Amino acid sequence: MIESRTTQRNFDGVRKSFVTLGSSLGAIVLALVICAVLLLLTGKDPLVAYRQILETGLSGDKLLEMLKRATPLMFSATAVAIGFKMNLFNIGVEGQYLFAALIAAEMGTHVSLPAPLHVLFILLVAMIAGAAWASIAALLKIGRGVNEVISTIMLNFIALSFIQWLFDNFFRDDSDGGLNVKTTKIAPSGRMPDLVHNRLSGMFIVALIVVALYWVVVFRSRFGFQLRASGLNPIAARTAGIPANRMVLLALMLSGAVAGLVAMPSVIGDVYGYGPSATPTQFGFAGIAVALLGRNHPVGIVSAALLFGFLDSTSAELQLSGVPSSIVKVIQAIIVLVVVIVNEASSRWLNRRTAERAAIALKGLASVA
Amino acid sequence: MQLGDTKPNQDLLTSDAVVVELTNISKVFPGVVANRDVSLKVGRATIHALVGENGAGKSTLMKILYGLHQPDSGTIAINGVARQFKSPSEAIDAGIGMVHQHFMLADNLTVLENIILGLEPTKFGVLSLSDARARVRELATSIGVALDLDVPISELGVGQRQRVEILKVLFRGAEILILDEPTAVLVPQEVDELFVNLRRLVSKGTTILFISHKLDEVLTISDRITVIRQGSTVATVSPNTVDRLKLAEMMVGSDLPKPGERTTKIGATTRLAVRGLSVLEKGRKNPVRNVSFQIAEGEIVGIAGVEGNGQFELCGALLGLLSSEGTVEVGGKDVSNLSIRERLNAGLAYIPFDRHREGLMLTAPLWENALLGHEATLSRGPMIDFTAAKKACREIISRFGVLTQNELVPAFVLSGGNQQKLVVGRNLATARTVLIAAHPTRGIDVGAQAAIWEEIRRSRDSGMSVLLVSADLEEVLGLSDKILVMFDGEITAELDPKSASPQILGKYMTGAR
Repeated sequence: MIESRTTQRNFDGVRKSFVTLGSSLGAIVLALVICAVLLLLTGKDPLVAYRQILETGLSGDKLLEMLKRATPLMFSATAVAIGFKMNLFNIGVEGQYLFAALIAAEMGTHVSLPAPLHVLFILLVAMIAGAAWASIAALLKIGRGVNEVISTIMLNFIALSFIQWLFDNFFRDDSDGGLNVKTTKIAPSGRMPDLVHNRLSGMFIVALIVVALYWVVVFRSRFGFQLRASGLNPIAARTAGIPANRMVLLALMLSGAVAGLVAMPSVIGDVYGYGPSATPTQFGFAGIAVALLGRNHPVGIVSAALLFGFLDSTSAELQLSGVPSSIVKVIQAIIVLVVVIVNEASSRWLNRRTAERAAIALKGLASVA
Repeated sequence: MQLGDTKPNQDLLTSDAVVVELTNISKVFPGVVANRDVSLKVGRATIHALVGENGAGKSTLMKILYGLHQPDSGTIAINGVARQFKSPSEAIDAGIGMVHQHFMLADNLTVLENIILGLEPTKFGVLSLSDARARVRELATSIGVALDLDVPISELGVGQRQRVEILKVLFRGAEILILDEPTAVLVPQEVDELFVNLRRLVSKGTTILFISHKLDEVLTISDRITVIRQGSTVATVSPNTVDRLKLAEMMVGSDLPKPGERTTKIGATTRLAVRGLSVLEKGRKNPVRNVSFQIAEGEIVGIAGVEGNGQFELCGALLGLLSSEGTVEVGGKDVSNLSIRERLNAGLAYIPFDRHREGLMLTAPLWENALLGHEATLSRGPMIDFTAAKKACREIISRFGVLTQNELVPAFVLSGGNQQKLVVGRNLATARTVLIAAHPTRGIDVGAQAAIWEEIRRSRDSGMSVLLVSADLEEVLGLSDKILVMFDGEITAELDPKSASPQILGKYMTGAR
């Protein structure tokens, strides 16, 4: 009896994973088909375009490029996913990470520490800065009931102007000369070592660690359970004594802290500082897409980030062979849309199947009793 | 009540007297018991009751008749003609109308506007209310309903709203009327009025299908009664051949548990003391005003009242969900300024009003639901102790008889009664001093009801103070040692259950002092 129960459990779990994996892959294939139709309509041969993407993307160089491009996406998607798990839509990752990048880059030039501590110090400052910026939205929600969607979008604009002002008036370092102004270069002790020289920063490993920690904290810890419960049914969670306001604050700050790491591959792994045109932008929004595609699951987030990194890595080469490079962005957007729809349909189907199976099993139980 | 005089001879149902005929209806419907080979014949101009426990499949069957669900097999015949309804609008065209348990009325429109909604008569494209008004008035008079057609729905009571719903359905030409638990929301006086209206309707030729699990009412009003258990019909009987107990046993399929008299004594210590409690709400009359009461050790105090008279807010204030004025003492300790968690830790337990809204995470597995509120004890350091959490859930499942395969299925697959058992089992675990039970047995079957009543009695006998909030007067009368009636945010009467009756309670619940 016990044995059969265990087998049943494993079977349920395996089936669920298969449905999830199958529906995600199916959605990606469907998205590629839709894109092919779009390409045909614009007079391009989809097979040529897809072959081009595969050929360029699967070379050794480009695979490293894929890992490099996936790194910031893993951070931003994890940040978004933490919010999603509590039904909070943090659209402010963009502002949070840019603010964190500037503060961490500047603070990193003012300390002298041995190498590993210096790097850790900068990462810590970035996380605190990101959390601080995100906490504004949390406090607005707790104190005044402001929807976090609105406040985080608005705070993105405020962050951009605020950063520009801080940079222009306090942190700008013109000693390098040239047009590409940045903060003062971070000393070598504060730089993240490369994993592959000049190709892949060690931040890739940090990203994998952060995703693993995300799994431990959100899916395994007491705090994570309270966070997920508050997301699944906020009223029930509150009735059970989980303090709603504190959960909002902690969840958004945690999300902001992870967001603070998004630009670190550039700040301490590449540029060694912050610069308005040197620090990459738009990763906050791409992270929403990656989190959606990965269904807020750690394995999903890594896979989705790698897929987006792969597609991004091919876009420059595509242009050379006459395929518009923007097709990559179109594919990404269509994948996300299709995945959202397919996910919804497949989880409804799975729920119905689960309910039917439960009803049948219960009839079995009833007839035995 | 002398309503049964006009009953036709049921044993001679000729084929042309059959209005609705369902044959071998089967339906696999997720989560609830399916309909299995259900057959039903309903005679013209009769009141035909469908009784059964919650989750037995009565509502599913009626939703199939009304076109909301399609049967997997079986046939539907209306007036001898086989029909298939793909949607309610097709059923409405065939003369079938359904009044749902939860009313579907627009609060800010008037009675007349609600009745004609969707069928507005126009002249040259302009709304013409005068014709409609005359027709609605005629309809209302014919069944003996007196209603001011120009009042907004928001000003009406529950009984009147129900009459508007019935008129709405009749206005659409319904000759077969399905009423889903029509008396669940009414006080006894309103039930009597409803029954008079229904009898009038039947005398005009309307056929009524009446879903209920209140057996006394069914015996009073019906011409024929069909009992459904676990998705199948048990029998169709005439009300003068059965009594309440017989019906109940047919519903449950076994002998009913008898409520035991209390053997323990009420103690002298006060466990819950509420003084001058008011719930404050901006822009509205305070929903609870200056409520004071005490509950002693081992005492059950029942709060009777029509829903929406402040009971919900009272419980919210006691638990700390809503901000309030006044003091609340649990076991002699003033908890008025404590957080919800601190109040729970002080020994307060709460069985929530609405298990879906306040109790469960429907898509999460049972063991996670059982863990909610007990994270602190079922952890090792900062991590959840999964083994202990699952074990705790299995204990609730076996102790409370939750019918489920295992603790890993999501909560939505359980029937309502089993969900409630899980919530009760979970929340009773912290109960030490005071138990607030709000509608503890609403919408659940007789078996689960008995089990939960037994748990409430056990809590009482162990010395806890119990506050029982319920709309089920039988429950309040049967369990309470003292009854308080709540009306419009205040406690308006204190009664002894030994001398109170549903009629007396009903009078106070509708505003008498």
